[in-house]
Amino acid sequence: MKGGPGARVLALHLGLIAALFAAQFVLGAYHHTNLARIMVLATYAVGYNLLLGYTGLMSLGHAMFFAAGMYGAGLSIYYLGFGAIPGFALGVACALGLALAFGAFALRTSGVSFLIVTMMFGQAFYLTILYFNQVTFGDQGFILSDRLPAALVDPDVKYNAALLVFAACFLASAFLVRSPFGRILVAIRENEARARLLGYDTYTCKLVVLTLSGGMSGAAGAAYALLFSYVGASFAAILNSIYPLLWTLLGGAGTTLGPVLGTGLMFYLVDFTSGWTSAYLFVVGGALLVLVLFFPLGVMGTVRAKLAPWIP
Amino acid sequence: MSFGPHLLLALLEGAVTACVLAVTALGLSLVFGVMRIVNVAHGEFYMLGAVVAWFCASLTGGSALGGFLLALVCAPLVVAGLAIATDWLVLRRVNYHPESTIVATIGLLYLLQQAVLSGYGPDARPVEAPIYFRVAFPWFGYSGYKLVVIGASVMLLLGTWAVLARTRAGLCMRATQQDPEMALAHGVPVRLVYTAVFAAGAMLAAVAGVLIVPIQQAHYLMGLDPLLLSFIVVIIGGLGSLRGTVVAAFVIGMSDGVISMFFSPTLAKILATLLVALVLVVRPSGLFGERP
Repeated sequence: MKGGPGARVLALHLGLIAALFAAQFVLGAYHHTNLARIMVLATYAVGYNLLLGYTGLMSLGHAMFFAAGMYGAGLSIYYLGFGAIPGFALGVACALGLALAFGAFALRTSGVSFLIVTMMFGQAFYLTILYFNQVTFGDQGFILSDRLPAALVDPDVKYNAALLVFAACFLASAFLVRSPFGRILVAIRENEARARLLGYDTYTCKLVVLTLSGGMSGAAGAAYALLFSYVGASFAAILNSIYPLLWTLLGGAGTTLGPVLGTGLMFYLVDFTSGWTSAYLFVVGGALLVLVLFFPLGVMGTVRAKLAPWIP
Repeated sequence: MSFGPHLLLALLEGAVTACVLAVTALGLSLVFGVMRIVNVAHGEFYMLGAVVAWFCASLTGGSALGGFLLALVCAPLVVAGLAIATDWLVLRRVNYHPESTIVATIGLLYLLQQAVLSGYGPDARPVEAPIYFRVAFPWFGYSGYKLVVIGASVMLLLGTWAVLARTRAGLCMRATQQDPEMALAHGVPVRLVYTAVFAAGAMLAAVAGVLIVPIQQAHYLMGLDPLLLSFIVVIIGGLGSLRGTVVAAFVIGMSDGVISMFFSPTLAKILATLLVALVLVVRPSGLFGERP
């Protein structure tokens, strides 16, 4: 990152984090909580985008990594009396392990087979959580609030903890995609056969990025469990795998800012429409169709194509 | 009941699951085979078939057989109309691009789920079986309707095979599958074939929904399980291989029936998914898939 674009890119990313940090002093209580939630979910989308946007692998089962993080943290705190930070670390470790194990065989397939396999295993993970409902409390879920340090109830602590997790993953993803490794990923996205021909071990690269992506999703899940003190099977359901896809496509796949923007936009769109209809699945389904038909680049993808070609 | 009869009952239940699954998965596999796209809303077409069957049954009131026959005509027509509209309005516009199609059909999945939830409600509603007789085994009585389902499914499978192998339309489909451009050059109306195949795949799912609804009840979320099982089946059988789909449907359906009976339906689906992992490790392209 020398000179021109590098400095601008760095300024843009740090600027976003600074703006999010400053926002907590301006916003009212309602948007304050919303933004904390959006940042946790945006972490999930950022992880997802590494795979979809930069490697060209579409996953329909990312909820299993989110849920692995969530349950890894939640169950260890609930049953083993872990503290918040060890719980979080264990959650991320669970998601990393799951992603590595899953990727090891799922990446043997390619194209639509990969999609189907991710969706299938996402659903199997969800069913596994339901099957062991004596431990996981299944659909009903469980609440962590009385087992967590009292400080986590404070909205300011929540906000800044969410910001910390988000900023770490966001900057890591921005750094990663501009690194030589990130360039290999883009090469795989554009033409995997050619990347292999050039001597890159594409299988290992994909496995590494899937593991990182799963780890970030798991960090989001663990943070969600800690900050909003609820763990439930609905976070492992298919819909929760579709959300990051929707957020990423809306904001612009393959841009670092896109997933963040998409998460925020979609959150407020659902929030806004819930005022006059409970049929939020219409919003989700309609948004996916509209994006595919009329707006395939997403917001930041369009901005990059039309206005600012330098943004990563 | 001792183990032997219990196993027989489980195998019968498995055969019903297997037959309905084979019909559903065949629709998915046919669409993939010819058009190279995956229809994620396939399970919702199945669900719509069941819901239409419920409406038909409530329309005809007293006569369960009349409602069933009406549903066998209406459900495929309604669903085929929807599939044709989807093809024209959405799939053509994204030019059957595999990933765009998947995103679009996920969108369709949620639109349909929400439409049924809003229009039909969140309850599971039963539909009376069109014919009622019991087959008396020495150890237990078995619902005759389930045997009818098995028979009807086998006829549907044979019918699909006959259309593909013996008719001009089937020839067009196979030609399109092998090479769309060359088929077009030989005067095969490829676009029309695509529309017809997408509609036919949806109709198979809808008929499966009509067949299953007297056993299972109609519910707006009932499409997820058959979608998952169909995915398992097409991956194990090899994407695009119709023979593989049918063989895998019988293996998965029977084991699902047996494991559901002795342990739990959830465990059956988890184990089936693990079987997929095993198949992928040994043969990434599935049992009958084309080798890459």
